[in-house]
Amino acid sequence: MMALGLVVYGVLALLAVALVGAFAARQRDAGTVVYSLCLAISGAIAIAALGSLAGPGAEAAFPIGLPGLGSHLRVDPLAACFLVIVDLGAAAASLYAIGYGAHEHEPQRVLPFYPLFLAGMNLVVVADDAYTFLFAWELMSLASWALVMSHHREAGNARAGYIYLVMASFGTLALLMAFGVLAGGSGFGFAAMRAAHPGAVSGAVVLGLALVGAGSKAGLAPLHVWLPLAHPAAPSHVSALMSGVMTKVAIYGFIRIVFDLLGPTVWWWSMPVLLVGGLTAALGVLHALMERDLKRLLAYSTIENIGIIFLALGLALAFRANGLPAGAALALTAGLFHAFNHMLFKSVLFFGAGAVLTATGERDIEKLGGLIHRMPISSGAFLVAAMAIAALPPLNGFASEWLAFQAIFVSPALPQWGLKVLVPAVGTLLALAAALVAACFVRAFGILYLGRPRTKVAETAVETDRFSLLAMLVLCGLCVLAGLLPGVVIDALAPSVQALAGARMPAQIGTAWLTIVPVVDARSSYNGLMIGLFLVIVAWGSAVLVHRVAGRATRRSRPWDCGYPGLGPLAQYSAASLSQPLRRVLGAVVFRSREVVDMPEPGTLRAASIAKSIIDPVWVGVFAPLGIAVAYVAGKVNHLQFLTIRRYLGIVFLLLVALLLMVGVGG
Amino acid sequence: MIGDLLLQGVQMMVVLALAPLLTGFVRKVKAHLLRRQGPPLVQPYRDLWRLLNKEAIVADSASWLFRVAPYVVFAATWVAASLVPTYATGLIFSWSGDLIAITALLGLGRFAQTLAGLDVGTSFGGIGTSRELMIASMAEPAMIMIAFSVALVAGSTQLSNIAATMLTYQVGLRVSLALALIALVIVALAENARIPVDNPATHLELTMVHEAMVLEYSGRHLAMIDLAAMVKLLLYASLLGCLFVPLGLAPEGSGIGAHVLGLAAYAVKLAGAGAMLGAFEVSIAKMRVFRVPNFLGAALMLGFLATLLLFVSRSL
Repeated sequence: MMALGLVVYGVLALLAVALVGAFAARQRDAGTVVYSLCLAISGAIAIAALGSLAGPGAEAAFPIGLPGLGSHLRVDPLAACFLVIVDLGAAAASLYAIGYGAHEHEPQRVLPFYPLFLAGMNLVVVADDAYTFLFAWELMSLASWALVMSHHREAGNARAGYIYLVMASFGTLALLMAFGVLAGGSGFGFAAMRAAHPGAVSGAVVLGLALVGAGSKAGLAPLHVWLPLAHPAAPSHVSALMSGVMTKVAIYGFIRIVFDLLGPTVWWWSMPVLLVGGLTAALGVLHALMERDLKRLLAYSTIENIGIIFLALGLALAFRANGLPAGAALALTAGLFHAFNHMLFKSVLFFGAGAVLTATGERDIEKLGGLIHRMPISSGAFLVAAMAIAALPPLNGFASEWLAFQAIFVSPALPQWGLKVLVPAVGTLLALAAALVAACFVRAFGILYLGRPRTKVAETAVETDRFSLLAMLVLCGLCVLAGLLPGVVIDALAPSVQALAGARMPAQIGTAWLTIVPVVDARSSYNGLMIGLFLVIVAWGSAVLVHRVAGRATRRSRPWDCGYPGLGPLAQYSAASLSQPLRRVLGAVVFRSREVVDMPEPGTLRAASIAKSIIDPVWVGVFAPLGIAVAYVAGKVNHLQFLTIRRYLGIVFLLLVALLLMVGVGG
Repeated sequence: MIGDLLLQGVQMMVVLALAPLLTGFVRKVKAHLLRRQGPPLVQPYRDLWRLLNKEAIVADSASWLFRVAPYVVFAATWVAASLVPTYATGLIFSWSGDLIAITALLGLGRFAQTLAGLDVGTSFGGIGTSRELMIASMAEPAMIMIAFSVALVAGSTQLSNIAATMLTYQVGLRVSLALALIALVIVALAENARIPVDNPATHLELTMVHEAMVLEYSGRHLAMIDLAAMVKLLLYASLLGCLFVPLGLAPEGSGIGAHVLGLAAYAVKLAGAGAMLGAFEVSIAKMRVFRVPNFLGAALMLGFLATLLLFVSRSL
């Protein structure tokens, strides 16, 4: 009950803070006040939500909204899970913004919308009827659109905002229709929808619409094109919120509709989810590997992680439809755990990108380098988050991906042939994505922080402020904790998994040595704490031993470089050359990447050049033709504007007849 | 309990003690096949000792990461190796990580090593890192698919349990295991920087991968990295042994006699693996870098096929 009350008051408080932001934005310290209030509110909600993870749940209705419907709010274990994700991420972003927001040139474009954005996301999670849900969803979309447009004078941001607006409207339309089908005869309250079960076909329609509506917000391929444009355009703390938190709200929408409202699952519904999830994971990480803009790279990696989460959700659907609740619980836990983890590490990564942006004014990693010497603490935090996202033990990313692999490993029990063929294929995609992410973040961290500075700005960078560092370190600490003690997170997710999958994973906290055991002991187990301790003891012990036995004499010198020292920093490997082998191997297939080398004859004074081109298959294959088609149709129907009154009356008459016919036949 | 701990400790020490010997043995075999005398078997130990006692030279532009990475690489590799049964199953720490965790631990080592390759900011470090990342992003998924296929046969991803299942002879000959074996051999060659993927004995800029990454290392740092590479070779030899040739593995809770027998069998397996590796390396040429993806892609496809077969039928 406490969580729901806090959310209601919190949302009202956030609206008040938005007003403060709107009217006092130009005052000195307005940013500090707004962000501190947001930190306090979202921190309080997060703590209250932690308390209601186990239920029993609470409901409330308010007489605002549609007549006869009102607005219904409800906190159940699933909503509590996502309240924790939303508000923990929001609290960290607000803390970060207390420092980072000081560099904002036009605070009046950010401060009013930031609290609105938080309010919208909180409301989506607690909404218990379609109207409130869609209202909150639109509030979230529009507030984030305003934040994307806050630097609208920078090149490309206006286009990013436009594409985002189009895609967001499209997504909401799909969700609206999904709720329309679900409401059928029962009404727009979620309780009524839960009670009525649509048939296999209209259920599939709802699933498809939810996949399009929530998936376009989350960044599922091929509806992801707006994401790498819009997320980086916003100020960095908002980018962190959009990537780390808003995508999770979209996932919440999908889970709420498909797992909760839709009722019993049909097995083939899982196939599109699995396929789209696997392809999104692979495509996202390949894009990230080719990218040189740091924030876009992170946005593409978000797409990859969303793919992994949807893959896990698809597996959970398949298990649930086949009456294998243990498998469904395992897959769903993996998905939810990964959603939580992704909020943690992606926020840190965007915070790090923001720190670099403040220090150097540069997002292009090719122009940076050597920042580990200038920004020791934020580079350390970025490194931990990069290792977590690369799914390296003993951090949290590995724990959740390990659960996903375990879920694939129990899926031969699925009886259908389609799934028997599809699941190993998406398993391969998942494995490929997991390996490529490591390569992607070695490249990102290595080019950005390691090596020698490539430009003057990188040479003179300074460490970021204390608030930003604190926010990064807190989230990094949670990454490590969740990696060492994954059992605690799994048990915290258990009540919502129980409600949605019909079973829960075995209780983990009681197991010996805090090992996590997904199914049974003999099958598989993993102990992050033990592996982490082992690693630290061996690394530390071997270092101490070597220093004791063999001495620690060290001399600094120029690099050896096989006898060619003294080459300048520009002779270092660049991000483009680092990913060249992968671009050639995988990019040639997926992106039709080409390299054109122009090498002048000896004796000519012309400069040599290399041009590389990458074609985004989704943009070229789907959206460009769609744009052309829309323009063509718009041109054709344009002359409807210039008809005579007679013809307009005729059209109205024909429409009326058609409507009456529909009512007559349908009724 | 004490006995189990002892067994685990002994296995870890055996791995560490034998790793340089295996590397020395492979070099000896190669030298003999090329009609050379070759360095003595204990040469790797001497090299390590000499490196340890030398002064470490660190480039001006190197950060703390460069100096920490060797220990991380070594720790990740050794911890991974400690989860692989060598001469006896029933390792006490086996439950703390399975075959997927072993793959990821090796990934952790690679993450540290590739970053260290970029840290000094030289072109050779970059070229090594770049190629290593390409190789790893094919080899690692292949390894996970292999893990899937053997785990599906044994009903467990825990290596001790898998080895125990393989030991019971109920498994028999299976198509999927044959595919997984071929895939694992390919992955092992790539992961250990052996011919035809990489050449451990080269310093030619166009061919080196692993050596280019560690070019800036010297003294004790290089010793740790070399030792980690040796442990990794032994890890893959043990892995092949316990998955596909489990003969002689001492089962859980068996007496001292079985353990002695297990050790003898393990020595024979290592010698066999080393001899085959040496013979293979002298009889084949190194590949062009851009043919490596095809080679590793084959491993990935074989792993996928093996898994697919097991999804379709448990008896294939």
